[in-house]
Amino acid sequence: MYAAIVVLTAMGLSLGFVLGLAARLFRVEADPVAEKIEALMPGSQCGQCGYPGCKPAAEALARGEASVTLCPPGGRALAEELAQLLGVQADLSGVKDAVPMLARVDEDLCIGCLKCLRACPTDAVIGAAKQIHCVLPEACSGCGKCVDVCPTECMQMLPIEPTVRTWRWPKPVLAAA
Amino acid sequence: MTTVTEYLLLLLGTALVNNVVLAKFLGLCPFMGVSNKLDTALGMGLATTFVLTLAAVASWLVERLLLQPLDIGFLRILAFILIIAAVVQFTEMVMRKTSPVLYQMLGIYLPLITTNCAVLGVALLNVQEQNGFIHSLFYGLGSALGFTLVMVIFAGLRERLALSAVPAMFAGAPIAFIVAGLLSLAFMGFAGLPTH
Repeated sequence: MYAAIVVLTAMGLSLGFVLGLAARLFRVEADPVAEKIEALMPGSQCGQCGYPGCKPAAEALARGEASVTLCPPGGRALAEELAQLLGVQADLSGVKDAVPMLARVDEDLCIGCLKCLRACPTDAVIGAAKQIHCVLPEACSGCGKCVDVCPTECMQMLPIEPTVRTWRWPKPVLAAA
Repeated sequence: MTTVTEYLLLLLGTALVNNVVLAKFLGLCPFMGVSNKLDTALGMGLATTFVLTLAAVASWLVERLLLQPLDIGFLRILAFILIIAAVVQFTEMVMRKTSPVLYQMLGIYLPLITTNCAVLGVALLNVQEQNGFIHSLFYGLGSALGFTLVMVIFAGLRERLALSAVPAMFAGAPIAFIVAGLLSLAFMGFAGLPTH
């Protein structure tokens, strides 16, 4: 039994080492701008921009083929950051000032069909067949994919509720001068 | 019989008579999936040729140097899959460096060579038939060449099919399956070739 463990471990380690060397040796220089853009993106690969994932979207942005307002989950904040990075003037009028939204399950309507569970790119939905599902707010990226697949419209995008940890005093409203 | 003719016959036998796709029915996923265009089919065939030959040799080495002496043959499939995955990853890195166009064209099918059952099938058949080192090498190379040949033939046929008037109910996948069946029948004709 020990021989099996040792052999498999040794094979895994040595193959990993060889692959690591090969990765160094055959490194392809990616576009540094595209890499920076990709680091800013939400990274949930939701595909709402029309590109297959965040990386292709970042590459299209770097080539100048896409608008900085392409990312709905990123909202206005991301659009501004991208415009600053790329040095372009962004037309932010069309962008909803998206409050960060999270998915939530309406427990009265959920039939436990598992469709949202499969659609979720961040595995934020938990539940089992014919059991009411629930969304983990820490894992939800707010991409809205689950809303599209939900057959009973029980999945809703709602603004994040303030918790004890995140609640802040509202900013003082200036009296009209 | 000299060794050279023996190996030539082995190549011919594995490529045509015992073709992995049409006689052993291995590797049908890329056969149906990547045969829409001639260029991609050829690229896929060549990438698979490289992986299959290298994997056949490497798994022979592991079988003889590790698994047999230590009497742990039950690890065979696991060890072979590990080797194949590493070889595919290596091929992907090399291809990305040397031929980005082909890398783009093959897309998801390149990592999927890992799950091409022809690669694992040939490695396991080599063990089953207790082939020697050189024999394994040629067995892998012949099978891979046969795979490439069939891929190219089938892609050429499908390119022509796309232009011809196929009845609506057969258009698309059904006619492709029928053509694959006919191609398999045609390859049965090679069964009469002398292989010894």
